[in-house]
Amino acid sequence: MTLELFSQYLLAGVTYGIIYAIVGIGFNIIYNTTGIINFAQGEFVMLGGMIAISMHQWLPLPLAIVAAVLLVMLIGALVEILFIRWLDRPSVLRMIIITIGISILVREAALHIWGEGVRSLPYFVGNEITTVRIMGARVSPQVLWVIGVCTVMVLALSLFFKYTLQGKKMQACAANRVAATLCGISTKNMVTLSFMLSAGIGALAGCVMSPITYSQYDIGTGLAIKGFTVAILGGLGSSMAAVAAGLLLGLIESFSVSVVPLAFQDAISISLLLAILFLRPHGLFGNKDAADLKEF
Amino acid sequence: MLKIKNLEAGYGKLRVLKRISLHVNPGEIVTLIGANGAGKTTLLAAITGLIRATAGEIVLKGDNIERLKAEEIVFRGCSLVPEGRQVFATMSVRENLVLGGYVQHRQGKAKMQEEIEYIYDLFPVLRERRNQLAGTLSGGEQQMLAMGRALMAKPALIMLDEPSTGLAPLIVKNIFQIITRLREAGNTVLLIEQNAKAALRVADRGYVLETGKIILQGASEDLLANRDVQRAYLGRDVKEN
Repeated sequence: MTLELFSQYLLAGVTYGIIYAIVGIGFNIIYNTTGIINFAQGEFVMLGGMIAISMHQWLPLPLAIVAAVLLVMLIGALVEILFIRWLDRPSVLRMIIITIGISILVREAALHIWGEGVRSLPYFVGNEITTVRIMGARVSPQVLWVIGVCTVMVLALSLFFKYTLQGKKMQACAANRVAATLCGISTKNMVTLSFMLSAGIGALAGCVMSPITYSQYDIGTGLAIKGFTVAILGGLGSSMAAVAAGLLLGLIESFSVSVVPLAFQDAISISLLLAILFLRPHGLFGNKDAADLKEF
Repeated sequence: MLKIKNLEAGYGKLRVLKRISLHVNPGEIVTLIGANGAGKTTLLAAITGLIRATAGEIVLKGDNIERLKAEEIVFRGCSLVPEGRQVFATMSVRENLVLGGYVQHRQGKAKMQEEIEYIYDLFPVLRERRNQLAGTLSGGEQQMLAMGRALMAKPALIMLDEPSTGLAPLIVKNIFQIITRLREAGNTVLLIEQNAKAALRVADRGYVLETGKIILQGASEDLLANRDVQRAYLGRDVKEN
């Protein structure tokens, strides 16, 4: 393999990897405060891209993206308030069915609003044929946007959880819900906030990736599977592990193209998911003892 | 400070508490003793709002609180140190204390730091371990952290659920000394214990709970001298006396 080809695969892997990582982190944020897997996570990403595209008809690109992210956060909060907040200690199975239901609902609504067409946001800088050379590889500057924005999001989130009171309150809910209540923290509000936060980061990822991966009403499902694989691979609940796992999955997928046909790309991540669930259900970096304590 | 009238509560159809009435005056240490399954923890859960009372009244500082949400009751000045410590294991000692002070966070950062220093003075071992994860502390240290976290809220009433369970005798002694110091500092304490002797020694008054009912109450000295209490809770055979 030449250096150029290697760099090309490497950059493609990192680009997709960091997108998977963001979806995986979205899973983790909600899992941590509620103990459930939100299978509608991919739909937030889809909505981000689609709404930004529609908004761009009236607004300049940066404003359209900001508006889309805010709107999707609002949708995230509404979803939680309408479907989850009023449930009294629901079982894990019930929550999973509810979130799958929400994802179907959102997808069908998107189909009615935007139709089946494939859309995309314009490139942030230049156009389809603009390229920059990095380590011999030729890539679109949009790739740098994706990597940059997602990296900033990951860093901002870790700062948020480490240094702000809101972040600590959410962490407290994850660590011990009863104790958090006894500290005067409204765990229900924290759950709403976690839905808003993961909707927001999903939507932003959906916007920056739109020019290169395109947006369509049904991209959510595929992303949710990848993001779920990444969250499980890293060990549920840990955001930094999700980044490592996301990059790993992205690189495996992109380098696999040099060995097996492109059509097998999804099969690879699903086989990986199955292998992990069978062999190391607590994830590559997760702690088995801690995993045994989780209900799911 | 706290007045409970004819309180009933339970889980589903199971009625655990049957018409409980008790009161705690400001500046007092009141203890509630009773065997496993007597309903002690259920009573605390009802006071803190973790479960709903099905009948009766709970009055804190003159206000009825039995319909409030658990997190609102903390803001009203009633904090619980739960059974089994329940510290935030994955967070540092200092972060645990900061979260404990959440209800006071509007007072500003300087005030928060002042409170944390006060807790460190009360429990010097917590200062040494301030950057350690709470889950790595020993049982006694976790108990101190749980107490420190509850005190950070500056509660008018602090309730302790079995603080001595599973701790070495020396540490139990230390914990009870601190409870006495809390009264000296002006705190009001409701202490739930299985270790009846130790609890009655530090308390002003006591209640004895059995199968969801209060069967005895009075000044601690009287309860310590009571033959029924001695036989049932102090492990002393009647013949010895």
